[in-house]
Amino acid sequence: MYDVIVVGGGHAGCEASNAASKMGMKTLLLTMNKNNIADMPCNPSIGGTAKGVIVREIDALGGLMGIVADKSHFQIKMLNNSKGPAVRSLRAQADKRVYPKVMLEYLENNPNLEIKEGLVEDLIIEDNKVLGVILNNGEKIYSKTVILTTGTYLKSDILRGSDRTPSGPHGEGRSNHLSDNLKKYGLNIIRLKTGTPPRIKKESIDFSLMSEELGDDTYHTFSFDLKPVYDINKQQKCYLLYTNDLTKEIINKHLKESAMYGGYVTGVGPRYCPSIEDKIVRFADKERHQLFLEPESIYYDEWYLQGFSTSMPEYVQEEMVHSLKGLENAIITKYAYAIEYDAISPLQINASLENKVLANLFTAGQINGTSGYEEAAGQGLMAGINASLKIKGKDALVLLRSEAYIGVLIDDLVTKGITDPYRMLTSRAEFRLLLRSDNADLRLREKGYEVGLINEEQHQRLLDKIKNIELLKTELKTKKLVIDKDVRKVFNDYNILIPNKNITYEELLKRPEITFDFLKNFTTFNYDDEVLEQVEIALKYEGYINKSIKEAEKLLKIEEKQIPDDIDYQNVKNIASEARQKLSEVRPRTIAQAARISGVNPADIAILAVYLKKEYNKNE
Amino acid sequence: MEDTICAIATSLGVGAISIIRVSGKDTINIVNKIFKGKDLTKVQSHTIHYGYICDGEEIVDEVLVSVMLAPKTYTKEDIIEINSHGSINATNKIMELLLDNGCRIAEPGEFTKRAFLNGRIDLTQAESVNDLINASSDNQRKLALNNLQGTLTKRIRNFRKELVTLMASIEVNIDYPEYDDIEVMTKETLIPRLNKLKDELKSLIMDSKNSRIINEGINVAIVGRPNVGKSSILNKLLDEKKAIVTNIAGTTRDIVEGSISLNGFKVNFIDTAGIRKTTDIVEKIGVTKSKKVIKDADLVVVVLNGNEKLTLDDEKLIKNIPSKKRIIFVNKSDLKLKISLEDNYILGNSKENLGLDSLKNAIIDKLNLENITKDMTYISNVRQIDLLKKALKSIEEALNNLVIMPVDIALIDVKNAWNYLGEITGEVYQDELIDTLFSNFCLGK
Repeated sequence: MYDVIVVGGGHAGCEASNAASKMGMKTLLLTMNKNNIADMPCNPSIGGTAKGVIVREIDALGGLMGIVADKSHFQIKMLNNSKGPAVRSLRAQADKRVYPKVMLEYLENNPNLEIKEGLVEDLIIEDNKVLGVILNNGEKIYSKTVILTTGTYLKSDILRGSDRTPSGPHGEGRSNHLSDNLKKYGLNIIRLKTGTPPRIKKESIDFSLMSEELGDDTYHTFSFDLKPVYDINKQQKCYLLYTNDLTKEIINKHLKESAMYGGYVTGVGPRYCPSIEDKIVRFADKERHQLFLEPESIYYDEWYLQGFSTSMPEYVQEEMVHSLKGLENAIITKYAYAIEYDAISPLQINASLENKVLANLFTAGQINGTSGYEEAAGQGLMAGINASLKIKGKDALVLLRSEAYIGVLIDDLVTKGITDPYRMLTSRAEFRLLLRSDNADLRLREKGYEVGLINEEQHQRLLDKIKNIELLKTELKTKKLVIDKDVRKVFNDYNILIPNKNITYEELLKRPEITFDFLKNFTTFNYDDEVLEQVEIALKYEGYINKSIKEAEKLLKIEEKQIPDDIDYQNVKNIASEARQKLSEVRPRTIAQAARISGVNPADIAILAVYLKKEYNKNE
Repeated sequence: MEDTICAIATSLGVGAISIIRVSGKDTINIVNKIFKGKDLTKVQSHTIHYGYICDGEEIVDEVLVSVMLAPKTYTKEDIIEINSHGSINATNKIMELLLDNGCRIAEPGEFTKRAFLNGRIDLTQAESVNDLINASSDNQRKLALNNLQGTLTKRIRNFRKELVTLMASIEVNIDYPEYDDIEVMTKETLIPRLNKLKDELKSLIMDSKNSRIINEGINVAIVGRPNVGKSSILNKLLDEKKAIVTNIAGTTRDIVEGSISLNGFKVNFIDTAGIRKTTDIVEKIGVTKSKKVIKDADLVVVVLNGNEKLTLDDEKLIKNIPSKKRIIFVNKSDLKLKISLEDNYILGNSKENLGLDSLKNAIIDKLNLENITKDMTYISNVRQIDLLKKALKSIEEALNNLVIMPVDIALIDVKNAWNYLGEITGEVYQDELIDTLFSNFCLGK
């Protein structure tokens, strides 16, 4: 008997099984193929805008993705570095061969975790409670909780042109019955679609016609615990290229042959990741579309053609790829395809990621309707934590929208549901100035420590950092810069306006053009760069940060207005029928969550609030 | 929400009938107790019945009652409307009877509030209905109707759409920083666009000030020394048949003496601490105090005695009022004209009703009333104007902060403006930004 069974060894499954076993749970990770653990079936990168912050949050909470990416990438950069600190985010080109290897080492190093090959086709259910899983060979394995992280493997079909092949990604097996069984137990099954572009043989590419994309010339790590382990000068290049008129012509000519436009697709594809034919149809005026060539691994000769995902038949893909400058003689090693798969409606899951219909069942990743490695890993971590907390009889860890992108992600899923695969964007986070890449540890590490994923040493480092931030802030408040002749000269040399009288360092740092680097001309600060960075951001953006905190507190107040579990929306008179239906479906925990449901209007919320007051707080 | 409320739905003392509206779960029972006619508990919904309102055996009034049962009513509750013969006494008596039998007097706007809370109407509609009920002149009614049909909502929606497009074009740079063929929003490109939005918002607020004029009326003060004929001018203006004589408190602390309808606008004449009672404010309170009256009024009519020479007080008074806010009326044209004036003036005789039409025309001209009516999409109440001002302030903050802050930070202010505008229409649709992002830009790996 296990405490936790994790079904699926993708990015969600890895984090879930790692978290559960680290929290002392006897954990079993079931995968169809051990060689595919932590596989990256699509783009060869970890991070990106908003997603990079999720990776930092995973690391802050004690997950693995950050540290594994740090140890396996061949290029890393800070996106939006020229913009404000709120929107900066790391992205690494992770090596598709190294990443899974490093991940597997971490997992295998875990005494509480057992990894086993097997295909799950059913669950053991009693009174709407999950008691374990049933494999395709009939074997029953019992556990206290089950976490499904099945990715795109539920009844998946690969589509190219009019061909539909029942298959997982890269011709892997698929689960034929699990989603049907889930449906039988009362879960709503939805059909989604995603796609991947062709891979090109390196020797057949003429890079001379494309522009280079380089990594940063400063060091970065996702992890708060690791010094950089890569050589800044040995980073691999990526390349930028464009579609042209010929590409457009070919696509338009063969449009009806694509799975998408030929009407062979039933699943809903992601808006943020459209196929190239989709882009050409929807944005017909655009002369060209941007594409990137990225190496899949330094050990492979395959390159990933980002931006060129398609469901055209293979012979059209040949024509399309050959129309691109530099790819005239390209050899396609893997053709692009669209993949359709089953997922469950996230409206049927709680913010803890436990299912509302089936107790002790948790889900994470693409099965919940998201897309992306990082989104999956973030949920996997939370599912692992909450399955373990449930077994320990403790309250679930639910991150707030003002605490973490992971909080925004899960709240969006369980509140709004999805229409197409969900990708995290910075624009989804209303408090993104608080949810920065640089402060993920300050936001979340304490929580990771409380659940047992952050060790004493890591925790002590956090406490030291917090202490030093406060010390430095005090120092800056009291320490003054005396404006004398020498100081004037430095200001003049840097072409910075000279203060008209002696001024505290705090006041100086509030000025946008003045940094710690500049102040080092006058004095020394014996603090880590991380501490300097925190203090500088806190001072420079003080006004806006305070505004955001105020807004977050306002939201927190209505987040505290709980809606009782037993509420029957049929009894709430006079709310619009659409709102009644949505509220019954989502069953929001709080008034604030109710207000975020689409189709529930302010008038409905007012009525609901009045009803709650009348029915539940009669004695107040 | 459970109690039953009643109110007089028509203006007291105006018109041939008055309507008393009752709403709430005990409506039918309460009215049935004081109604002599059909048993109202047994009648069909949306029917009208003839009968009497009685106090015990004594008949109070002959009435028609309209019975409308929930939910197809204005408040979605049971409603009865009692149509009585308009006399103040009878109406008051009926109200008393209703209160004795378990009704409570409705707070201002409570019917509409119930309609809103019961999901019958949205927020802007609720506010407009309120205006409609209070509408006492043609223009006001038109404005209220416009709001109901969503002209206001439409104008604000368009404005929000512009904002969200702007936001999306900033967001796209943030979420897709490596797309080199998307225009990068820099401070330089952003500032002119924000300035344009700021101006549009300002004009919306300006229009809303005109709207204050429409909703609450134009305040006209009549000033002058004693015995120049101020009260007779006022009486002549108000004595006309179409004059609406009510005592409503305006937004200023002054009491409106009476209102008339001019070109469809409500014009309130301000009682400046008792102009009618021969007390002379210039004399009694002094020139300094009269400044306040003059400042608060939209327009000041200075009345002078044509039979006397201009006094020092007169000159001071005229000097204190900016000429665009001032009309001079020289009274007592029947007597010998001894006054000499550099400014334009209207000559008349209030006793003989001479020159009063010219005075009205001058008021119309001075206030540009002809033009105000052209665009009727005004914002029509204090909450909405307040939100508009907050939105404007946010955009101004964004502009100020852009000087030193990165674009993505100043975006926080733009977003706030967008949210304030959403509050006006009562709809804040969370995913609007994301939807705009994907419909306007071609993105994806």
